[in-house]
Amino acid sequence: MELIFRWEWLPQLGKGLVLTVELTAACISIGAVLGLILAIARLYGRNVVYWLASAYVQFFRGTPLLVQLFMVHFGLAGWGIRLSPLFSGIIAMGLNTAAYQAEYFRGAIQAVKRGQALAALSLGMTRWQTIRYVILPQALRLVLPAWSTELVYMLKYTSIVYLIGLPDLMGIGRTIASHNFRFFEIYAVVALIYLALVLLITFALRYVEARIRVPGLGTVR
Amino acid sequence: MALLVVEDLHKRYGKEEVLRGVSFVLERGETKVIIGPSGTGKSTLLRCINRLTEPDRGRIWLNGVEVTSPRTNIYKIRAQIGFVFQDFNLFTHLTALDNVRLGLIRVKGMGKREATERAMRELERVGLGDKADAYPAQLSGGQQQRVSIARALAMDPKLILFDEPTSALDPELIGEVLQVMIELAEGGMTMLVVTHEMGFARSVADEIIFMEKGVIVEQGPPEVLFTNPRVPRTAEFLRKITEFYGESG
Repeated sequence: MELIFRWEWLPQLGKGLVLTVELTAACISIGAVLGLILAIARLYGRNVVYWLASAYVQFFRGTPLLVQLFMVHFGLAGWGIRLSPLFSGIIAMGLNTAAYQAEYFRGAIQAVKRGQALAALSLGMTRWQTIRYVILPQALRLVLPAWSTELVYMLKYTSIVYLIGLPDLMGIGRTIASHNFRFFEIYAVVALIYLALVLLITFALRYVEARIRVPGLGTVR
Repeated sequence: MALLVVEDLHKRYGKEEVLRGVSFVLERGETKVIIGPSGTGKSTLLRCINRLTEPDRGRIWLNGVEVTSPRTNIYKIRAQIGFVFQDFNLFTHLTALDNVRLGLIRVKGMGKREATERAMRELERVGLGDKADAYPAQLSGGQQQRVSIARALAMDPKLILFDEPTSALDPELIGEVLQVMIELAEGGMTMLVVTHEMGFARSVADEIIFMEKGVIVEQGPPEVLFTNPRVPRTAEFLRKITEFYGESG
């Protein structure tokens, strides 16, 4: 069988690509903020705060992302809460990646040497100042490699949103293919676009990593 | 009134009673050196003074303010007590200058320019003005410890606590740190120093406190403790440690 390629696929796929990037950016940002809060809650929180944060992390890491997405989109609709596909996608994936990011943040914060906090406290800094000016600047540098991996995962995982009808890169590819039956060629192009994006992100973050590197502050995986 | 008063301090970790009723006073401008075998609560005692470790029982006053009172703002107290750690604990992600500046800006609320000038002065005082832009990992142990002393000094502390400041250093780097400490003591800084450096203790300390198993066994001027101790155990310890570490340094 002969392989064919049509340039007119690209503008359509481009629109899907934009949605994929937006979706990834939205959910990774939500996940970063919420993940950091969860990590701090699990490390410094007591009783209820600790248990709620831990239960959250366990639930979202212990159940499939697709199930979570369907619960948000179709499940909540059964309760009268109808969310648009885009909103459902951002919420479900944002909540999911928050749980993973929380664990990465937690590991990185724990990797900061204990004496650092003691030194900060001994200067008269409050607990919050200690976290803000001493622990986090180190932890965020340490977490970057693991965080890059999570960003790449999320970029690829957003492809499941076509199942709730979103025209992302995967969704558009599927629509084109279902019209002309060139499944192999279309999905190959889709795959290459994902790959290009992943490589771009990987190199960009490697550059950031090098820029903010400080001698003596190693990276943890 | 003494600058620091410690009264009947107790601290227990699980079953082990690390401090069993420690009391002493420290006058303004005085240097006291605490000596004693490892694991006798010397470090715990220092950490209780600025409540990095919470004592179980006993009271502490700094300059007439009760440190151990729940109504005292402990952050304000800590800002007045310098702490120099055995393993330096310089902030890894900050340059020497930023290490010294951080407390000035965030705790004292000083402007950046003023803080920079002050920090540079302190770095120069410990002989490291040319290392302002170096990160801790780029400095030798002795240089790191001197930066950490500059960091403590910049806060204008009423008192500096030294927790075995030379124990983590290569022998040839100990001298430069001790030299800075000697200058501080001569300059009238109030200092409480846990150390095994008997030469320093003997020549600089106004008084030596010998601690063992969570209590003060004996305290007094170095010339008395070194030549004519009251308690036999003090003589035994001093003989052993002088044999081991020597008197130099």
